[in-house]
Amino acid sequence: MRILLRAVSPLAFLGLWHVLTANDVVFLLRFDRFPGPAEVLAEFARQLATPVYYQDLAQSLVRILTGFALAAVLGGLLGALVARSRRAGDLVLPLVELARPIPAIALVPIAILLFPANEQGIVFITFAAAFFPIMVSTRHAVRALPTAWEEAVRTLGGGRVRVLRSVLLPGILPGVFGGLSVGMGVAWICLISAEMISGQFGVGYRTWSAYTVVDYPGVIVGIITIGLLGFLTSATVEVLGRRATRWLPAEARR
Amino acid sequence: MTGLSFRLEDITLRYGARAVLRDLTLDVAAGEILAVAGPSGCGKSTLLRALAGLLTVGEGRILADGVPVRGTSADRALMFQDDALLPWRTARRNVALPLAIRGVPRAQRAARADAWLARVGLAGLEGRLPRDLSGGQRQRVQLARTLAGRPRAVLMDEPFGALDAQTRAEMQRLLAEVWSASTTVVLVTHDVDEALLLGDRVAVLGGGGLADLVEVPRPRTNVDAPLRARVLAALGAPTLETT
Repeated sequence: MRILLRAVSPLAFLGLWHVLTANDVVFLLRFDRFPGPAEVLAEFARQLATPVYYQDLAQSLVRILTGFALAAVLGGLLGALVARSRRAGDLVLPLVELARPIPAIALVPIAILLFPANEQGIVFITFAAAFFPIMVSTRHAVRALPTAWEEAVRTLGGGRVRVLRSVLLPGILPGVFGGLSVGMGVAWICLISAEMISGQFGVGYRTWSAYTVVDYPGVIVGIITIGLLGFLTSATVEVLGRRATRWLPAEARR
Repeated sequence: MTGLSFRLEDITLRYGARAVLRDLTLDVAAGEILAVAGPSGCGKSTLLRALAGLLTVGEGRILADGVPVRGTSADRALMFQDDALLPWRTARRNVALPLAIRGVPRAQRAARADAWLARVGLAGLEGRLPRDLSGGQRQRVQLARTLAGRPRAVLMDEPFGALDAQTRAEMQRLLAEVWSASTTVVLVTHDVDEALLLGDRVAVLGGGGLADLVEVPRPRTNVDAPLRARVLAALGAPTLETT
């Protein structure tokens, strides 16, 4: 019963899409040039049979995973460092707070100027997008750790390494995964935008180039592909996060 | 291995800018149970944290077996009122933590941890996470974890304060049972009866210092009403907390 209910909105959307485009409706919005679901499906099937589709997919995935992994490692390390050491915080945070409000996508010109290869620039944009949410959430997670956990381990004879390994790392995971989820989301936004602006491969580039050559079904296929990739990577982060934080009390889990 | 002895020489302890204890001098004998009672804010928890090495003494010094206390050590384990178990570790793995720190081989840790858990009456619950244990059970795990590290002194900060009366009584019995003379215990409490029940001596803090130091005669099956009255008087009735 529930599955039927849940199928209602996507099916209604498809139906509406079909009716609007099949009849070339022009009322407020123009559907006369817009491809219908059948056309898009045919184009999707055609693209799935071409190697270019998978090359673009792989290219975008490599870019996002590289940028995201760099952001996770550096953002996590820096977030933990500035939370633990006031001196490190004083040293680094002013710059971070100044840079943080700048949307990563605004850095595209800088990336083009600075990096010799296009590829590095795009990865840099992706990295910059994911870095801040991850760093900030790690910092908060470290600060929010109950002091009793660390103190208990220290009075049991544990040293710095033990506190780091047995208290800090596992204790901050719930907060860090929150940041990773957000980071993955903004990383996709910026990756696709950067690819549209300056890419030579990738699903973002392919989508935009389909638009410029008036291949509208291709545009929709690109958009759907982007959505699927975004869903896949976010779901992966989510699943890993749940596994790592299974110990949370029921009300804190979602 | 014997219990640790403490000597507090003219120590002043601050909480923020405020001195909560001034010029306190006190000896804790090896193997004794010293109960520290006093109203909230009298500095008893601060004192305990100083003994644990979690905070440094501004003036005066604390000696453990004649050596100045600097930093924490496995010799001086602190047991908290609550929420000090690592929530991602099962009861067994919480108790195994001090074993790992002490360098007990991995293969032996689980069995040893289970033995400790059995001693505190938690056989069968070794695989539970803290969130799936009751408050009393969690304190039992904490007691097992604290003792598993074989500390020479156990510093307890209101360990049973958050428990209901019946669980509290069980825990007090349990502590008396598992406590051995090779361990010194400093037990902070605001419960006069608990102090008299468990302590060899009761140090009453108040007014920024030691208000009274009461020796509890053995056997302590029958706690004298006059002693209770004396401790209560030292505490000062108006400042006495109600649980």
